[in-house]
Amino acid sequence: MAAVGAWRSEGAARWLFIWPTVLFVLFLSLFPLIASVVISFSRLSFHQGGVDLVFVGFNNYEQELFGLERSHFLGVLNPPGPIGWLVLGLTIALTAIAWTRAVRRGRVGAFGLALRLIGGILLIAWVWILVQALTSEGGRPGALIVTFIFVFVGIALQYTLGLGLALLASQRVPGRRFFRVTFLIPLTITPVGVGYMFLMLTDTSKGPLEPIWVALGLRDFTWVTDPWLARAAVIIGDTWAWTPFVFIVLLAAIEGLDHEIHEAALTDGASHWQSFRHIIFPAILPVSTTIVLIRLIEGFKIVDMPNILLGGGPGTATQSLTLQAWIDWNTLNLGRSAAVAYLLLILVTVVATVYISFVRRRATEYA
Amino acid sequence: MRNPFRRRDATDLSPPAKFGAFMLLVAWSMVVLFPIYWLFVTSFKTPYQVDKGPFYVPFVDFTPTLDAWEYILVELGNDTLRPYLNTVIVGLASTTIALAMGSLTAYALVRFVYRPKVALIGAFILSVVVALAVAAFGGPLAVGVAGGVALFVIAAQTVGRRARWTLANSDIAFWLISQRILPPIAVAIPMYVLFQQVGLLDSIVALIIVYVATNLPIVVWLMREYFASLPRELEESAAVDGASAFRIVRSIVLPISVPGLVATFLIVLIFAWNEFLIALVLTSADAQTMPLQVAAQNATRGPQWWAMSVLILIMIAPVIVMALALERYITKGLLVGALKG
Repeated sequence: MAAVGAWRSEGAARWLFIWPTVLFVLFLSLFPLIASVVISFSRLSFHQGGVDLVFVGFNNYEQELFGLERSHFLGVLNPPGPIGWLVLGLTIALTAIAWTRAVRRGRVGAFGLALRLIGGILLIAWVWILVQALTSEGGRPGALIVTFIFVFVGIALQYTLGLGLALLASQRVPGRRFFRVTFLIPLTITPVGVGYMFLMLTDTSKGPLEPIWVALGLRDFTWVTDPWLARAAVIIGDTWAWTPFVFIVLLAAIEGLDHEIHEAALTDGASHWQSFRHIIFPAILPVSTTIVLIRLIEGFKIVDMPNILLGGGPGTATQSLTLQAWIDWNTLNLGRSAAVAYLLLILVTVVATVYISFVRRRATEYA
Repeated sequence: MRNPFRRRDATDLSPPAKFGAFMLLVAWSMVVLFPIYWLFVTSFKTPYQVDKGPFYVPFVDFTPTLDAWEYILVELGNDTLRPYLNTVIVGLASTTIALAMGSLTAYALVRFVYRPKVALIGAFILSVVVALAVAAFGGPLAVGVAGGVALFVIAAQTVGRRARWTLANSDIAFWLISQRILPPIAVAIPMYVLFQQVGLLDSIVALIIVYVATNLPIVVWLMREYFASLPRELEESAAVDGASAFRIVRSIVLPISVPGLVATFLIVLIFAWNEFLIALVLTSADAQTMPLQVAAQNATRGPQWWAMSVLILIMIAPVIVMALALERYITKGLLVGALKG
């Protein structure tokens, strides 16, 4: 935020504008936050006449990362294949080069260097898990990796589509009011409803696409049994539902721009692509980074689409972290559910912090 | 007839480019509308017709029936009307409150400088924890609150005075958005306990409170961007002329941020309209909302597609009407006009 002004003496407004929000959010978040930490360190024990919380220390977390639940959470990890070793080697080399360059340049303080070192080690550990799950024989990704795939592939698609549609819909084409309202529709359907709707649409014998399946000779083909097709289906459904969110925010941002600048550029002979590349895109870059951050945070909580469409299957191929927490919750394994949720919290906090300090800061400076 | 793809002025797209843009928009409309069309025809089918494979056009390849509509609107009658009204009230109330509070906060975060002290925040949280702990171990709430306040005042006067380490506006903003990271599943049970204690279970007030809190961060982040992109000259000259911050916000900032406000309103309204899990946990009968009704159509006999389609359609209808009414405000020219006028 380069725009923070110097009006330090605004008295009442300074406090009135911000305190109700801060107190309200704090009040509603503090107790649930503390209570769920406590739950994540305990196990429910049922006995006659009631339920007790039994303190079990880090047991729930240990199970997810090293114990019985590891194949769910991280995946089945085997020694990586040759491509895996190559990727791992490259990652280590690049991280080492980046870090030594940061040391030699001497622009970053000791604290920053330590943070970067930790970040680099985390990155290498993450790639190590990835290659063990994805490039090895018999390995398969767990909820953690699956969630990452959903989030990053989904956001890339949603942002590209949303931006493209917002640019098109801001042109003076016939029927643009119709398009603008139409494109919002997927967002207006409740996520549970979107899940069931896609279940209906993707049914290979009763769904509307049945003739296509038959024509392709895929009548008895069930895409639900292939892990990657199932994941693709989840991503397609998620993209259908969330592209409007990116679309509407970017549309408002584009329409809010001062159009005299880029109209002047166009009159002076700049092409539409140049005016987008050098005027519109830099101007909407800050909004873009915000919308990606919000989608990042919301996307990690993906649950309805994989749950309703596939029940997390085939096997656990589309089980996201929140879905895993939800299944634990439904089987009254509250401690484990809360532990998964907290691991998700830590993970997303790290991802969001990295995103803000690298991508967003740079983008807002650039603009 | 004039060519609808003609070039309106020198800055407009060329006719072929405009036609291409139009075709792309049409293509995506198909992607969006086909599933909606399918919901629409499904809502006029009998269970038998749904089960027998795809039928596409009513009167042509199947005989439509109003059974599902009758079931939802007449047979269930009040059992549909009540959740419907709840959804409307909760959605509009929570969105209006969140938009009002959140926009002011967003404006403050863009235009004012805040330097909250880390030590003070720590003392505050510690005090709240103490108050909660006293209450949790059976002590009277009043004692807990009094103890917490006393602790905070003492800490603020002693440690707080010397503390140097401060945060900035961006830290406040990040703290707000970080409240959305934890999945609802993790906070559902604590929320239940919280609202049970204050006797607000199964009431729309509880839902409004929760939705305001969960949507505030979204409002703050979206509006913060819009406010930051506004030119500051007008506000500065008004401030020089002696206008108060309230006055500046009301008569300068709000009018020129209408596109952002409208887009944010629609998004937050839709979030509140469609929220499922918190509503599932906090309500049981009186305050149930429409998403629960939709999910309830997945009965033991399998999903009741026809009834579900009707519910989804009547759920999205008012939102689309509202989007139709508000779309005109998301348009260029407002900002420029305000600056020139």
